[in-house]
Amino acid sequence: MALEATSALPDRSASANLSGVRKGRYISATTESPATKAVLIGTALIFLLLFLVLPLAAVFVEALRKGAGEFLASFGDPDTQAAIRLTLLVAVIAVPLNMVFGIAAAWAIAKFEFKGKAFLTTLIDLPFSVSPVISGLVYVLLFGAGSVLGPWLKSHGIEILFAVPGIVLATIFVTFPFVARELIPLMQDQGTGDEEAALSLGASGWQAFWYVTLPNIKWGLLYGVLLCNARAMGEFGAVSVVSGHIRGFTNTMPLHVEILYNEYNFVAAFAVSTLLAGLALVTLVLKSFLEYRYGDEIAASKKH
Amino acid sequence: MSDAALARGWHFRRPSVIPGFGLTLGFTIAYLTLIILIPLSGVVWRTTGLGWTEFWAIATDERTVKSLQISFGASLIAALVNVVFGVVVAWVLVRYRFPGRRIVDAVVDLPFALPTAVAGIALAAIYAPNGWVGQLLAPLGIKVAFTPLGIVVALIFIGLPFVVRTVQPVMEEIDREVEEVAATLGASRLQTVTRVVMPGLAPAVLTGFALAFARAVGEYGSVIFIAGNIPYVSEIAPLLIIIRLEEFNYAGATAIAAIMLAISFLMLFVINLVQAWSRRRYGYGT
Repeated sequence: MALEATSALPDRSASANLSGVRKGRYISATTESPATKAVLIGTALIFLLLFLVLPLAAVFVEALRKGAGEFLASFGDPDTQAAIRLTLLVAVIAVPLNMVFGIAAAWAIAKFEFKGKAFLTTLIDLPFSVSPVISGLVYVLLFGAGSVLGPWLKSHGIEILFAVPGIVLATIFVTFPFVARELIPLMQDQGTGDEEAALSLGASGWQAFWYVTLPNIKWGLLYGVLLCNARAMGEFGAVSVVSGHIRGFTNTMPLHVEILYNEYNFVAAFAVSTLLAGLALVTLVLKSFLEYRYGDEIAASKKH
Repeated sequence: MSDAALARGWHFRRPSVIPGFGLTLGFTIAYLTLIILIPLSGVVWRTTGLGWTEFWAIATDERTVKSLQISFGASLIAALVNVVFGVVVAWVLVRYRFPGRRIVDAVVDLPFALPTAVAGIALAAIYAPNGWVGQLLAPLGIKVAFTPLGIVVALIFIGLPFVVRTVQPVMEEIDREVEEVAATLGASRLQTVTRVVMPGLAPAVLTGFALAFARAVGEYGSVIFIAGNIPYVSEIAPLLIIIRLEEFNYAGATAIAAIMLAISFLMLFVINLVQAWSRRRYGYGT
């Protein structure tokens, strides 16, 4: 569709230019004719509608298919409530840990020049190029029955796999780079001048961080934490491998959605999904707001 | 002073008055090693423990080969679709002003924010034969859900923002004067776009393609609900890893994981090469 439009472009823009001249209107030489514009905008909107907006709308429509009563009843299920609690618990542990790591890593990488920095940055990005399923598998291989640690853990009664610690670990693995990735380019842009001024005026290192660096990076940090949290609460593949799917105990919300769906309990599956979709919408709104309002104070690059 | 110190010999780090280097770097490396490096090296360790013949037997097993073909094939198609429409979306967002542009811009990030399992069941509902889109396609004889085509649809969903968000910032930086020069020299708009604008975008498009492809290869959550998961037909490699694990066939799971890891690290290496090349050639690295 788009290709057709661009191949027809030269004639159309020529005629548009002529008519523009005749009516005394100016049409820029560095843009397309109104018709081409309309086709391109239409193509983009239809594509986004088909692949992104419809799925989001479907979540809410399917959840309310049998009325509000049944929708609300889905949340009365104790297993659903346990899944919500577990998801919150996992995020409350995983996100702050990765936040502290992200700040430390960004401080070391952005404020100092040392050998092997590029390599370290690549290693931090590593979890992004690992399949979520493999992120879970690595912990099964590390702590599972056939591993070196497995029998020792078992004899000491420590449960990691198919229990909450395994879910937390897998979540930390997949959300590992989010905060660091936002902060490193931001702190590199800001340089070390502010901190050097603070130190020369007698601030301690900790004071320089707390009163100078942290206010400088707060919006970027919030941005990173927001993305980290969205992924932590929504992670499915990695958690699925290590969870063991024990209802009411090791089932997070995304896993609970799968179980309900596979039991053909579609209304409940989509009802739980509305909470996760709501979380996604809140994340998007806050993210857009931060980009719009504090665009200069979050990282130069907006990609992930 | 620091230059003089550097000139005197090899230093691990350039001297600085900023404190906390040892603490933050030490913590970073310790955390990275514990959470990422040790667990990941477990896969390598287990794979070397398999021995070559056993590894080769798993790697050439028909079901393994088929699942890898399906994963990589569907990811390739999805990434190509995303390149075409991702560039159109980025162009529309950067160059045109229309009502609701900000909302459209925000919607592009939806796949980053929406949990994959939710995306999976929603896509399955829409593209099922009785779904909103599925019932329009059914009379045409096109089945999407529960076929390999469904895998492609899910992977298009997952990969789109990678292309848009990689191309968009580079597109914003394009110097409009270059296009004006092309126009004054008699180039048609089509010639300007294809011969002047697009070559400069090529590295960004390539990077976006590679990122979308790499993400699609490993994707699990959104695919399994819409794929149908029929062995040899619509079974993706990450699913086969999980099936092997559930059979307590750790060797099988590890070998497939090792193959996938090797390919994704190769992809990561290629992405870095493209970016280094683009920094030298075009002065930007996405």
